[in-house]
Amino acid sequence: MDITEYIELVFTDYTLRTITLGTAILGAVTGMLGSFAVLRKQSLLGDAISHAALPGIAIAFLITGAKDSNTLLLGALVSGLVGTFWIRGIITKTHLKSDTALGLILSLFFGFGMLLLTFIQKQPNANQAGLDKYLFGQAATLVESDVWMMAIVTGLCLIVMLTFWKEFKILLFDADYTKTLGFNTKIIDILITTFIVLAIVLGLQTVGVVLMSAMLLAPAAAARQWTNSLSVMVFLAAIFGAFSGVFGTAISASQNNLSTGPVIVLVAAVFVVFSFIFSPSRGLLFKQIRFIKNRRDLELHKTLAFMHHIAETHEDISHPHAIKLLNNFQGYTKNTLRKLVEKDYVQLQGNMWSLTKVGFETAANLYTKQITEDE
Amino acid sequence: MNNIAVKVDDLTVAYNYKPVLWDIDLEIPEGVLMAIVGPNGAGKSTLIKSILGILKPIAGSVSIYGKPYEKQRQLVAYVPQKGSVDWDFPTTALDVVMMGTYGSLGWIKRPGQKEKKASLEALEKVGMLAFKSRQISQLSGGQQQRIFLARALVQNASIYFMDEPFQGVDATTEIAIINILKELRKAGKTVIVVHHDLQTVPEYFDWVTFLNVKKIATGPVKDIFNDDNLTKTYGINYKVSIQE
Repeated sequence: MDITEYIELVFTDYTLRTITLGTAILGAVTGMLGSFAVLRKQSLLGDAISHAALPGIAIAFLITGAKDSNTLLLGALVSGLVGTFWIRGIITKTHLKSDTALGLILSLFFGFGMLLLTFIQKQPNANQAGLDKYLFGQAATLVESDVWMMAIVTGLCLIVMLTFWKEFKILLFDADYTKTLGFNTKIIDILITTFIVLAIVLGLQTVGVVLMSAMLLAPAAAARQWTNSLSVMVFLAAIFGAFSGVFGTAISASQNNLSTGPVIVLVAAVFVVFSFIFSPSRGLLFKQIRFIKNRRDLELHKTLAFMHHIAETHEDISHPHAIKLLNNFQGYTKNTLRKLVEKDYVQLQGNMWSLTKVGFETAANLYTKQITEDE
Repeated sequence: MNNIAVKVDDLTVAYNYKPVLWDIDLEIPEGVLMAIVGPNGAGKSTLIKSILGILKPIAGSVSIYGKPYEKQRQLVAYVPQKGSVDWDFPTTALDVVMMGTYGSLGWIKRPGQKEKKASLEALEKVGMLAFKSRQISQLSGGQQQRIFLARALVQNASIYFMDEPFQGVDATTEIAIINILKELRKAGKTVIVVHHDLQTVPEYFDWVTFLNVKKIATGPVKDIFNDDNLTKTYGINYKVSIQE
């Protein structure tokens, strides 16, 4: 199946439509909430939470014996929340730093989850096959009710975010100050964290425990490159996330055996790399271009200043001087001279150069001009 | 004597086992411009943060104009240390100043035209109106400090707590800030500043508290800013010449 065939199928094929819609919604909600996680410097929290969800899935299966995704995800939610509160507990109650607490809980819960999974696989229960799909996710198992669930949580999340936008924003920027204004920061904090956990749990079926944190971080990191406004960033992250979901599904569906979760994550990574390089204000490319341009401008100014220095010694500022003289100056190249002529700062006559009136004045005011530009 | 703006009773704060503040009793009269001085680790910032309820004290109580702090929050504004936030946060100078209005707005309600106008006025007062749309990471250290000051000004409080507002700012900004603080005092406000530069205490402030885990002394600068108290606070023989 190639891409055009896929696009046709999205509109006609029920299964593919469900999966595409599911991954798009998932990408949007994780991108949105991921912005908050990134700005709170809690990028790794998502990784810890998703890994912490694994034992919950296994335990839910052991208790109910059913493979109904809602039941399993409820288990994931509970153990994800338990993991989160343990992390917080460790950070506040001990001297351990947050990265240590995150790493500890992540590996502890994941290890326990893997143990339970292998235990389940040894059971003589035909139903047990396929639980390991939660490790890397399997978008193909998404059904309409899953998508509805995602849509409901996303809607709830949107409503809460819009309602408490002001509170979210100020807590993200300056938590201590928020407290002094009389806001209960704990409530805002719990609200944000709960939604992050919810979004992660929703994504486990599609993207899986191991790769889930990329869904949170990648769209947010990409979005941050394009804007200096929080609302635009959250919006862009949602768009990037949704497109990662759609493109990822499209690619994996059109190339038969590619599993969807990793492809979605890779597409999100492409967004990140593209943004890092091509963002106009923060991107590497334009930064480098600006850097080179600045250097050139400075070289030009320095050469002009050097010429001004020579011209000053004469009463007539337009008195011609030998080009040879300029060879003593390091910054001088034929190119800079040509540019100075183009700017009408310098006139050339054979082997001689002279400053124009404009050039002389510009050179005299170079330093003062730079100061005013700085301010 | 004036009203007592801030009264601290038996305040004791500890992070682990060792107390950072021990049994602080403090009365700050209304309308003073007060410096809190003391060596590193003396608990200056901790004192402010405990008064403001950011840190939970082990014992002690704080009252603002005779009532518990929790009921008087609206009267108090806070300028945290500049380094306490991430200045790469995606927001503008005006937006940060607007945050000062969030307290009076309360939950959910968004700032409107009235709040925007007040914020623009505060920006103008600190000389930063031209930078209102600037992303905050593109401001210099001194400009960031002024933005924090404007955010507190917009709260229109009676009492201002400031944590090292002169840290890392150039001479021009320092003068601009101290002039604003003096204006606040003139308007009858009480301003409490964690301060590091002992040389400028007599010039800038009229009230001073010496702190080193315990309160060493508190009172008018002209009465108690002397070598004796400085030595008691800093533990070494201190000599400053106070211009009369």
